Amino acid sequence: MSTETQWPLWEVFTQEGDAAPHEHAGSVHAVDAEHAMQNARDIYARRGKVVSLWVVPLDAITASSPGDAGPLFDPGSDKAYRHPQFYKSPRGVKIF
Amino acid sequence: MTVAAAEDPVKLAEFEARLERGETIEPKDWMPEKYRKQLVRMMSQHAHSEVVGMLPEGNWITRAPSLRRKMVLLAKVQDEGGHGLYIYCGTETLGVGREELIEQLLTGKAKYSSIFNYPTLTWADIGVIGWLVDGAAIVNQTMLAKTSYGPYARAMIRICKEENFHKRQGYEICTVMAKGTPAQRAMVQDAVNRWWWPSLMMFGPSDATSPNSAELMRWRVKRETNDALRQRFVNLTIPQAQAIGLSVPDPDLRYNAETENWEFGPIDWSEFQAVIAGNGPCNRERMAARRKAHADGAWVREAAEVHAEKQAARAREHAA
Repeated sequence: MSTETQWPLWEVFTQEGDAAPHEHAGSVHAVDAEHAMQNARDIYARRGKVVSLWVVPLDAITASSPGDAGPLFDPGSDKAYRHPQFYKSPRGVKIF
Repeated sequence: MTVAAAEDPVKLAEFEARLERGETIEPKDWMPEKYRKQLVRMMSQHAHSEVVGMLPEGNWITRAPSLRRKMVLLAKVQDEGGHGLYIYCGTETLGVGREELIEQLLTGKAKYSSIFNYPTLTWADIGVIGWLVDGAAIVNQTMLAKTSYGPYARAMIRICKEENFHKRQGYEICTVMAKGTPAQRAMVQDAVNRWWWPSLMMFGPSDATSPNSAELMRWRVKRETNDALRQRFVNLTIPQAQAIGLSVPDPDLRYNAETENWEFGPIDWSEFQAVIAGNGPCNRERMAARRKAHADGAWVREAAEVHAEKQAARAREHAA
């Protein structure tokens, strides 16, 4: 029955305060973007300091899978030279 | 353990090691089928409870004694609906659709908290629900905010922030009535007398008899036992009752200075079992109200879909 679909899923991102990043808040069911925006407002911005909302159809999100975590993220942790602590500077010199 | 035997032992060991290290499980991570099932059962029960919980309080919106109380109650009931939606969306990350969950509620296959099968007879009940029922829920939900399943934990953090207002407004109503006329005092004491034991039952059966406790604890879905949470709630609540001159209907209640616990008398679990089985004072009424609301909303769901389709068709025409 078409009335029982509960409508498609949209992921909701909220920005809580000026200069804050948009963060994932949860999801809503809605028929289109405008409807998703209204539902997201009612559900994730009832109080607090939300200043901006994004709604994204679930299908539009491509996510990495846990199995890929190694090849994707390990190179990020084995390059110590990408961190300032890797470098020595003469004692007593103020670098910053 | 028969369940573990059915799972890949290497993956299961890895999973349990992750939990041991205090890691959080996310939707795409491998998890034992039983963990997924327990979570769906527990989270959907929790979501249903939030939604059905709107009914006893909604009953008093039109009869709230002042505009202030009416605004507050409206906001609280709206929050409860929102809480249901947070948890439904968390449950959907486990691969089960909301329509399926709602179907299970409406057909009676899924349970919800037994507390919402009691009637709200007077305005004092609204105060006592906020104070005791939401108070008990906060104790439980604060523990669940540290549950091992990420989406559930995040929904709980969001909910806990909002529940504090619910409890405070309830305790305020009780405080005002307790300081009021003799009739108001009697009314709020009567409400406490009716809601006290059902509130203690909200934490579920004693750990010795709880069918799910051990497994939920092992997989860190729950971090504390039903009995420990119940005791914490009683310890928090008794001083609050004393502060406003109300008593709880338990002749065995005693403070144990050694353990620093308020020890309470035996709970009548036969009542709990009867309510869970569908024979509480309002089970039929609650389910009839949910089914009616769902059926009455069918045209809205349908109209929204048709409208969206029409808009999309217009946009396509315009583009062509």
